[in-house]
Amino acid sequence: MKALRKLVDNIKPTFSKGGKLSFLHSSFDAFETFLFVPDKVTFKGTHVRDSIDLKRTMTMVITALMPALLFGMWNVGYQHSIATGVQMDFIEIFTYGFIKVLPLIIVSYGVGLGIEFAAAQIRGHEVNEGYLVTGMLIPLIMPVDLPLWMLALSVAFAVIVGKEVFGGTGMNIWNPALLARAFAFFAYPSYMSGDKVWVSGLTKGEGIIDGFSGATPLANAQAGLEVPDFWDMFFGFIPGSVGETSAFAILLGAALLIYTGIGSWKIMFSVFAGGLLTGLLLNGVAPADSYLALPAWNHLVMGGFAFGAVFMATDPVTASQTERGKWIYGFLIGVIAVIIRVFNPGYPEGMMLSILLLNTFAPLIDHVVVQSNIKKRLKRAVIK
Amino acid sequence: MSEQIRLRRGLDIPLNGEATPKITKRISPDSVAIKPLDYRALNPKLLVKEGDMVKAGTPILMDKKRPEIKICSPISGVVSEIFRGEKRKLLEIRVKPDGENQSLEFASVDYKKADRQTLVDLLLESGLWANIKQRPYGTIPDSSVVPKAIFISSFDSSPLAPDMDFALSGQMDMVQIGVDVLSKLTSGGIHVGFHTSNYVSSPIHKLNNIISHTFAGKHPAGNVGVQIHHISPINKGEVVWTLDLFSVAAIGRLFAKKVYDVKKVIAITGPRCANPSYIEVIPGTNLSAIKEYIAVDEKDNLPARVISGNVLTGDNVGESGYLGNFHNQITILSEGKYFEMFGWIKPLRLKKFSISRSYFSWLMPSKKYDLDTNLNGGDRAFVVTGLYEKVLPMDIYPMHLLKAIMAGDIDKMEALGIYEIIEEDMALCEFVCPSKIEIQEIVSQGIDLMIKEMS
Repeated sequence: MKALRKLVDNIKPTFSKGGKLSFLHSSFDAFETFLFVPDKVTFKGTHVRDSIDLKRTMTMVITALMPALLFGMWNVGYQHSIATGVQMDFIEIFTYGFIKVLPLIIVSYGVGLGIEFAAAQIRGHEVNEGYLVTGMLIPLIMPVDLPLWMLALSVAFAVIVGKEVFGGTGMNIWNPALLARAFAFFAYPSYMSGDKVWVSGLTKGEGIIDGFSGATPLANAQAGLEVPDFWDMFFGFIPGSVGETSAFAILLGAALLIYTGIGSWKIMFSVFAGGLLTGLLLNGVAPADSYLALPAWNHLVMGGFAFGAVFMATDPVTASQTERGKWIYGFLIGVIAVIIRVFNPGYPEGMMLSILLLNTFAPLIDHVVVQSNIKKRLKRAVIK
Repeated sequence: MSEQIRLRRGLDIPLNGEATPKITKRISPDSVAIKPLDYRALNPKLLVKEGDMVKAGTPILMDKKRPEIKICSPISGVVSEIFRGEKRKLLEIRVKPDGENQSLEFASVDYKKADRQTLVDLLLESGLWANIKQRPYGTIPDSSVVPKAIFISSFDSSPLAPDMDFALSGQMDMVQIGVDVLSKLTSGGIHVGFHTSNYVSSPIHKLNNIISHTFAGKHPAGNVGVQIHHISPINKGEVVWTLDLFSVAAIGRLFAKKVYDVKKVIAITGPRCANPSYIEVIPGTNLSAIKEYIAVDEKDNLPARVISGNVLTGDNVGESGYLGNFHNQITILSEGKYFEMFGWIKPLRLKKFSISRSYFSWLMPSKKYDLDTNLNGGDRAFVVTGLYEKVLPMDIYPMHLLKAIMAGDIDKMEALGIYEIIEEDMALCEFVCPSKIEIQEIVSQGIDLMIKEMS
């Protein structure tokens, strides 16, 4: 450790003000603070600080994503195996998925962090940790066979237009990861929907065995076909985006986020509550054999509902910032996601659009909540 | 007995170095300083020059805009140095004590019979007026305004704070006179906040002429601003006063003994304090007199930071700095000037404290920590939400208020409760902030802006 510290101290002047490579100051700083918690001390205000920082916070979120990621890798291989009829053992299945998913992660981080570093450099800021999470979220919500250049373009769009133009992490209006997905969804619809894209190898026409459909349960439900068994969907043995299929793996992550207090349990709970209640309501009025009659709990485990509720809706920057607002915000995400799914034939998956919509309205929700506090304060003045 | 107010939100930072209740030193300082920056929005005008002889109670400064307001020397001696900073800003007026500790003799006023104006005039003349703070904003009160009420907190809940019952022992008669004087200055009574754990045994609770309120909960339950918020919140146009019990005792002595005597017993505390205990000092004492209390860090050889005040709101004055007028404790801790490899990713880090459960300090609720001044991260924009609310027991939206201040939006600041807070009330928000935002500095700017725009 001392040797490494010495090395960093030795090269530091080159990157500091007046040094040869001073224009790379932000990048150097990012690497240095990655290796070492800096020796910066408090200057004004409180003399001691809590040991939590954004790096720690983001690390926790990434840790929480691990079950979904690992299961996603396995499921990519598993789906490939049943689609092609090739017998594979556990190691082969996982390796296949690992090889398919890793490039997505590398491209996502490579492009996104590259832009982040450049933006920090231009502004002269420290590099923000926000993209560490976004960069992991993006591959998990894309179909596994998405061409890498499309992924790169989506990432670039999300980071530049979705985040940096607003001023970087903490200033953005929409969740950057979902923006990347929305970009890909609308720009390259044929790679983002249909029956072929969700299982690795299908688009290239690898030998599919008869009777296998690569359609997601959502597409099946929309087409009036039977959806898979609830528990299959809960544990995630279904086609879908890389990390979204297993509600179980996602709930493991949710447990960590709630335990550490980093993800808002209020948002998670109210998203699920909103989705479930809307589903039940539709069940109540539904004619038999229609999509409306799909038992409500299925909505919670199909598609990206669980993933969105746990990892997307809870993004503190784009969610409601008031505690009361979080209830409303989460509930409406659940409600609108199910409504889009059931009533809109164009988009089988409503979660992405629902969250982006509520991201847009989150400031309005907060405004109403804060305004009620203001009114209370004014009223207090009148009484006395 | 009034009802108990239970505050569920707050945080007691578990620091090592709590003072044991004994007085280990009575300091007669080599030098004492009056610091104009201790008083918010004071426009100081010097009334003395170097070499002048002063007594305790001799006016040193006056406010340019409000000439009736004076700041007085706490001790007798010679003005040794007028210390200025950038742009000749007046920072310290240093007085070299003559060792005789003489006070000016003030007029004899029978506070029981005197009218309000006579009391006000004596307080103004003695300079003790400046020890009263006016809310909103925490400025020196306007002598033409009658406050709605006066609020006093009988306990300090900040980290390692002194035990007021101990620090004021033997002075209750003076405190009582101070309370009696103050009660004639307002129509709303003297409201005193107590902590539920000890109010029954507290000698302060036996005072007459006060209205008691009890509070349960963690810091900032002892902050007078938080107490006001729950007793009778400040609305636009209202003015209340606050002061600490040491100042009340000093007012008592002024009326009982006709002297300016602001001596007080304060706590000397902190992880690097060699002998955490109490000392008797005069406000403005040079801290080189407490050198022997600074422990050497044998393990890592880190330098010590000497704070006038507590770790949340105090000033880093250095080993030869001066105690602030309103500070009732000294805290000594290590400067966190070290690098920690992969510190942010280490799962345990048992020596660090956090309210976040991403560490494990919550499993050891009674453990105390040797915290240092390391920032534990870098400056970022607001990201995490819902955290400030957990340590601010007031019906205020802290993040929205802070953003209103940063945007300079006066109307919003007003609507969101800027009248009800001063820096210390939001100090814990700064402590917990993962983005390491300097919240007290922002609040301070907001209040300065309000004073400027509203005057």
